[in-house]
Amino acid sequence: MTDDEKTIKCVVWDLDETVWDGILLEDAEVKLRPGVLEVMRTLDERGILNSVASRNEHDLAMRKLTEFGVAEYLLHPQINWGPKSTSVRTVAEAINIGLDTVAFVDDQPFERDEVAHLLPEVLCIDSLDAERIPDLARTQPRFVTDNARRRRVMYQADARRTEAEQRYEGTSADFLASLDMRFSIAPAAEVDLQRAEELTVRTNQLNATGYTYSYEELDAFRRSPDHDLYIAALDDRYGTYGQIGLALVERGTDAWTIKLLLMSCRVMSRGVGSVLLNHLIRTAAAAGVPLRAEFVPTDRNRTMYVTYKFAGFRDLGGTGGVQLLEHDGSDVPEFPPYMTVTVA
Amino acid sequence: MSTDVRDRIADYLAKFFPVTDLQDTDDIFKRGFVSSLFAMQLVAFVEQEFGVTVENEDLELDNFRSIASLERFVTGKLAAPVAR
Repeated sequence: MTDDEKTIKCVVWDLDETVWDGILLEDAEVKLRPGVLEVMRTLDERGILNSVASRNEHDLAMRKLTEFGVAEYLLHPQINWGPKSTSVRTVAEAINIGLDTVAFVDDQPFERDEVAHLLPEVLCIDSLDAERIPDLARTQPRFVTDNARRRRVMYQADARRTEAEQRYEGTSADFLASLDMRFSIAPAAEVDLQRAEELTVRTNQLNATGYTYSYEELDAFRRSPDHDLYIAALDDRYGTYGQIGLALVERGTDAWTIKLLLMSCRVMSRGVGSVLLNHLIRTAAAAGVPLRAEFVPTDRNRTMYVTYKFAGFRDLGGTGGVQLLEHDGSDVPEFPPYMTVTVA
Repeated sequence: MSTDVRDRIADYLAKFFPVTDLQDTDDIFKRGFVSSLFAMQLVAFVEQEFGVTVENEDLELDNFRSIASLERFVTGKLAAPVAR
């Protein structure tokens, strides 16, 4: 697996002659294809999501998927008469993942070509090869964390939240308050390190420096007297989001420096990035040292720059592509009232 | 002109905050309901609604913290001669 071939995060399946043998609208009976459900379960256990892109009658196909025991494994299935490329793109956007982490399985060369032509980043797979999908290097993440095993359930909770948010009549602030969010910040323990590594590898948009650290490097930081490695988790009334934030602080004598601050994109609208940052600001202020932060601009992470600036950091400028920001410890922010924050 | 800017800003914030009691000088960041997503949306709103560019050096809390400071920032941006 080369660097530009990323681990697959979602497999999008065709239905007729792929998930089942036969054509739902033409044949008297269709049969679940042997091995398909097992492949889906295997992927699911590795934290790889399953979805559907099918040209079919939506309600009829969903009933069949439920009957076959497949529906519960699916996120955002797209069953409509539009082009498959549109359906695949819709799935990727709904889950908020890059197209270069999506695979598409279809028996029809025409459909695979249509997707490959419009979405060249997507890995297209012939249904005949479906049983070998779990053997691909790109479907074998280095670690399978607890978080990964729960990923589908967490995304399903996300879908229910999003639905509730869209139905919500009040302001966004009122909606956030209605979620009963509980945010916990703790020093990373050894059992957290696989998830910590996974977060550095998976997070691009909300990563202030884009540094990725290996398990071994993170373990060294965890043990180092000169570093603090924090991991943060979020729960609300819909369930857990799992561990979604990570921060690495280097404690120098003149100042502390945030080397890494990242948040899962799934919690971008929850305000927790600022809360984790607030905790770092308060801790440094209590120790009486200025808090600095490294920021490496990419074409995707301006959000983190705004997060720092709006938290009261000044831009000190930079060299070699690394910008340095500093908070002087005055005007220390409070934790937001709509969230219960616990610090271990 | 400037009341128009003020009203457009207040209307936008009304989607996020219970604004019936939001005064022009109330600090929205102190009210706590500020996520990274909201911060980015607010910056994008200012750029698109008023056709101005928010530079990195403009990204200061004092330009964004209240209806009044946003109005001052936008009005200043609109009055500034366009570079080049």
